[in-house]
Amino acid sequence: MSDDVPFRILPRVTDGNRHFWTGGAEGELRFLRCQDDGTYVHPPTPRCPKCHGKNLAPEAVSGRATVHTFSINVQQWMPGPEPPYVVGIVELPEQEGLRLTTNIVNCAPDDVRVGMPVQVVFEPHADGDETVYLPLFEPAA
Amino acid sequence: MAVDPIERRTVISGAGQSEIGRRLFRDPLDLTLDACMAAIEDAGLTTDDIDGIATYPGPMEVPPGFSGAGLVEVQDALRLEVGWYTGGIELPGQLGSVIDACLAVAAGLATHVLCFRSVYEGSAQGKEGRSAVMPGGGGRGGSFRAGGFMQWTLPFSAPSAATWIAMFAQRHFFEFGTTREQLAQIALNARKNAAVNPNAIYRDPMTMDDYFDARMISSPLCLYDCDVPCDGGTAVIVSSVDAVADLRKPPIQVEAVGTALYGRPSWDQFDDLTTMACRDAAAQMWTRTDIKPSDVQLAEMYDGFSFITMAWLEAMGFCGKGESGPYVEGGQRIARDGELALNTHGGQLSAGRLHGYGFLHEACVQLWGEAGERQVPGEPEIGVAAAGGGPLAGSLLLSRRR
Repeated sequence: MSDDVPFRILPRVTDGNRHFWTGGAEGELRFLRCQDDGTYVHPPTPRCPKCHGKNLAPEAVSGRATVHTFSINVQQWMPGPEPPYVVGIVELPEQEGLRLTTNIVNCAPDDVRVGMPVQVVFEPHADGDETVYLPLFEPAA
Repeated sequence: MAVDPIERRTVISGAGQSEIGRRLFRDPLDLTLDACMAAIEDAGLTTDDIDGIATYPGPMEVPPGFSGAGLVEVQDALRLEVGWYTGGIELPGQLGSVIDACLAVAAGLATHVLCFRSVYEGSAQGKEGRSAVMPGGGGRGGSFRAGGFMQWTLPFSAPSAATWIAMFAQRHFFEFGTTREQLAQIALNARKNAAVNPNAIYRDPMTMDDYFDARMISSPLCLYDCDVPCDGGTAVIVSSVDAVADLRKPPIQVEAVGTALYGRPSWDQFDDLTTMACRDAAAQMWTRTDIKPSDVQLAEMYDGFSFITMAWLEAMGFCGKGESGPYVEGGQRIARDGELALNTHGGQLSAGRLHGYGFLHEACVQLWGEAGERQVPGEPEIGVAAAGGGPLAGSLLLSRRR
């Protein structure tokens, strides 16, 4: 990640989402996972949506994903990355439907395709005592 | 039909709108009350007859202009005495408030419910445009931190529903081969209808070349795939079938409503990103009536972004799953004289973002035969009004059949 990190509106880090937003410090993309039935839960909630149990804990996933869909954003809505930039929804191989909205970076916007293999890369932002690591995705090596 | 649809005990008895404009810089409560009084008078009623109020989304300061007035302001301004009321945003789309009114009337809690929705997004955005109303003050709010759903989009510089809906469209393009030329027909059809709607915001002719020359906003959506912020209010009156003797004109039967949401209530976690909550709401609506999609002559369906109308076309069964592109190709089928007259007032794309209620208003005006130069020929009797995109969806099937 280059030094000239763009302006981003940062998430409000709480005990419920800290694993997701700070896992990048250890280079890990983390999701809550039900320790009883193995379901990954995103966005994080206090109960497993499948068994409704509370036995959830953060676990790292591989960081690999495929581009499920995307848009080349051209409009400058607010300070941030220089348009055009790619907003994508990526799906993780660990579980069908385990997805997140992100940016596809380190490639030309016109080269992004649905189904493209990508891998996580973190963009750090200092925020008070904490550093938030935004999980972005780049073409897989 | 598996159920006894109690919404059939209700009718739409009146509809009204305020002045509508790109930027009116008028008091939004004034606009709201203009619409409310127009609807009450259209039904042949007075404020003394109104005993219920429903609105969407209720009072909201942010985003600026999104809500012209809340329920309390209207109730107090008109000194309404009500047996039932509701106002809020967690509903089956903007028309969910009207559907709630139908259920309240059917339950006997009210006889004539005033339903309204007003906006002043045009004036609120002013010269600064859309960025003036983005969450976090367009990035100028230094201490703002995103919570709730917005934390999953704002940090990735994706604050706008334009981008979220663009990703649905892109997935549809990928799975079904849908093209921008096909999507363009929603915008071109809207503009053609707006040309003969004196209250529409944009009425100049638009060609396919104009569409492709427009700047891209968030691919595959260009400027003309996005609705136009405006100022204005819309109101309708929901009445009991037992009170039709009170009314000035023949009422429109509420035949069935659709409110279901079976997928995850989320813009990016929905199970099938080629469709939306409209899939479930529309399917449910058809379980509550013997009328079939092929009986429908006019469809007034949400176009906050053009692709949302494509999703509604499929959800309603006017075409097959994934077939909305070929269905609208060439535009003849969805024209006012086509087999399914679509967004006959110009939709939000050209007539202005009255946010859901404009579609219901237009369906009623058409069914009453009051649409003037844009009237759908052949005295249409069956129409659909549907609103909402992403996780929001609600629909009404309306009938003038005797």
